[in-house]
Amino acid sequence: MSADTSAREESTGSTRPPPSPAATYTARPGRASRQRLSTGAAAGFLGPNLILLGVFLFLPLGWAFLISFQESSGFGASGWVGLENYRRLVTDPTFWQSALNTAAFTLITVPSSLALGLGLAVLMNSVLPGRRLFRTLIYLPMVISGIATALMGVLLFDEATGIVNKLLRESGLATVPWQSQGTAAFASVILVTLWIRVGFNMVIYLAGLQGISPELYEAARLEGASSWQQFRYLTVPLVGPSTFFLLIMDVIYSFQVFDTIFVMTGGGPGRSTSVLVTYAYENGFVTRDQSYAAAIGIVIFLITLVFTAIQWRGNRSRDTVG
Amino acid sequence: MNQTSRIRRVSPAERTSAIARLVTAVVVGLVMMFPLYWMITIAFSPSADVVSRELHIWPSEWTLDNFRTIFGNFPTTTWFGNSVVVTAIITVLTVSVNLLAGYAFAKLDFRGKGFVFLLVLSTMMVPVQVLMVAQFRLVTELGIYGTFWAVIFPSAASAFGIFLARQFIIAIPDELMEAARMDGAGAVRIFLQIVLPLCKPLVAVLVLLTVMYQWNDFAWPLIALKDAQLFTLPIGLLYLQGQYGADYGAIMALALLSITPIVLMFLAFQKYFVQGLARSGIR
Repeated sequence: MSADTSAREESTGSTRPPPSPAATYTARPGRASRQRLSTGAAAGFLGPNLILLGVFLFLPLGWAFLISFQESSGFGASGWVGLENYRRLVTDPTFWQSALNTAAFTLITVPSSLALGLGLAVLMNSVLPGRRLFRTLIYLPMVISGIATALMGVLLFDEATGIVNKLLRESGLATVPWQSQGTAAFASVILVTLWIRVGFNMVIYLAGLQGISPELYEAARLEGASSWQQFRYLTVPLVGPSTFFLLIMDVIYSFQVFDTIFVMTGGGPGRSTSVLVTYAYENGFVTRDQSYAAAIGIVIFLITLVFTAIQWRGNRSRDTVG
Repeated sequence: MNQTSRIRRVSPAERTSAIARLVTAVVVGLVMMFPLYWMITIAFSPSADVVSRELHIWPSEWTLDNFRTIFGNFPTTTWFGNSVVVTAIITVLTVSVNLLAGYAFAKLDFRGKGFVFLLVLSTMMVPVQVLMVAQFRLVTELGIYGTFWAVIFPSAASAFGIFLARQFIIAIPDELMEAARMDGAGAVRIFLQIVLPLCKPLVAVLVLLTVMYQWNDFAWPLIALKDAQLFTLPIGLLYLQGQYGADYGAIMALALLSITPIVLMFLAFQKYFVQGLARSGIR
């Protein structure tokens, strides 16, 4: 309430004629009242945001916890079943398969997109004709929607009519069963993910590289360091903060991959590309077992939370160092 | 210094490495562009090319048939319009709300600021999949399921951008605001007349990144919308895939149509896009 009035004071204050300098000086609010004034204004500025976040994020988050402890019968939430949904998770082979696939997907895509991103950033940071054009070509896939890239993936990796198999056939090589065999399907999803993802990593690494002083390389060259040694002992450690940031971002991204897999493989063939997120969607909106879906969601959330905590700690320690 | 660098430039090892770099860049560029090239090729190819087992690296004849199919058999124009409307509303809403909050976090003092800021930022890490069931029930309870509002409100409730806004506004010198305050300006007036005009590059970055994100968003609109007339382009694409199976020509024509605005926007404002992304990594 008091916040409300002070906010109004703040906004109507501007219509008053400006007071004389002397008056301003004496009328300048003391520390305590200025604090209160600011709190009122802050409520006004933050209000819209906090209402949106409260209603559409925090409320559903709490609700998701509740639903995960309930039994779902179609749409309506009903009976309290305690940990039953979680108990079911532990013994559900599809859940474990999806969790394993998620882990494998993350373990493969994160290091490869980091390495490719850094390699390309170093290349694009060096003297190179047409550098700007090449950079643009690498960023571009990043701005294309997940579903459009996934559909391109479908087009490229179609077993019968896809260009990849056509090219393999033309060159007299064996074609790959991208859609009917698990490992190949998994590989196709990873290739498309890398295509989308590498540009972002390159942007972040380029920004990191541009913060490194060229004198360091000059000194290393005078000492007779080879390009590889310069890369290994200067570049890699000096882009450490970027690597750390990207590690967290890429892990979260890979962990929550949805569009690509949903459209390219739908989790198949069999369960070979099913991940936690597609499995949660399937339960929530295909088989309509919404409580079970909520429980999977909570598991995804808890794992993400661990990474958030790591990032927070990392950021803090970096702030105190820098 | 100059002399040594001139000597180095002519050294054969340097030249080899320059050529190797260029060749690598060309190969990478071709690989990155190939899916796009292929999408365009298929979109303009007759369907016989697509299903044939022969390799056509170039359409046997250029045709607009696929575009006729998608405009004739599907509400493509409506989907396009829906995407524009939904993206525009969400962008205006999100960017305004983020700017206001960013200003409060950067320049106002209030109790619990650190905690609230952390709370807001932490929401960025909440995966949409955790919320989808509860958000679905929420929009159903609110009676807006299946309408644009069901897409708009939950999408606008994102902390995306608050961090960027705060970082940018915090760099605006306090003296400017102090001077305005002495002239009797309140927080609202300081925000509108001093902070906002200095924030043009920030607004550009926020608008571009939000438009990109919303134009491409798929998972939530897929859940929140049910009526084909209200679909946005990504959902329309999925619907088309469901209806037309392997008619890749039509699917690629719509895919091409759906990515064109965002690709053009990216090419025109690349600097801001990249700045915005890079800034998120520098922290």
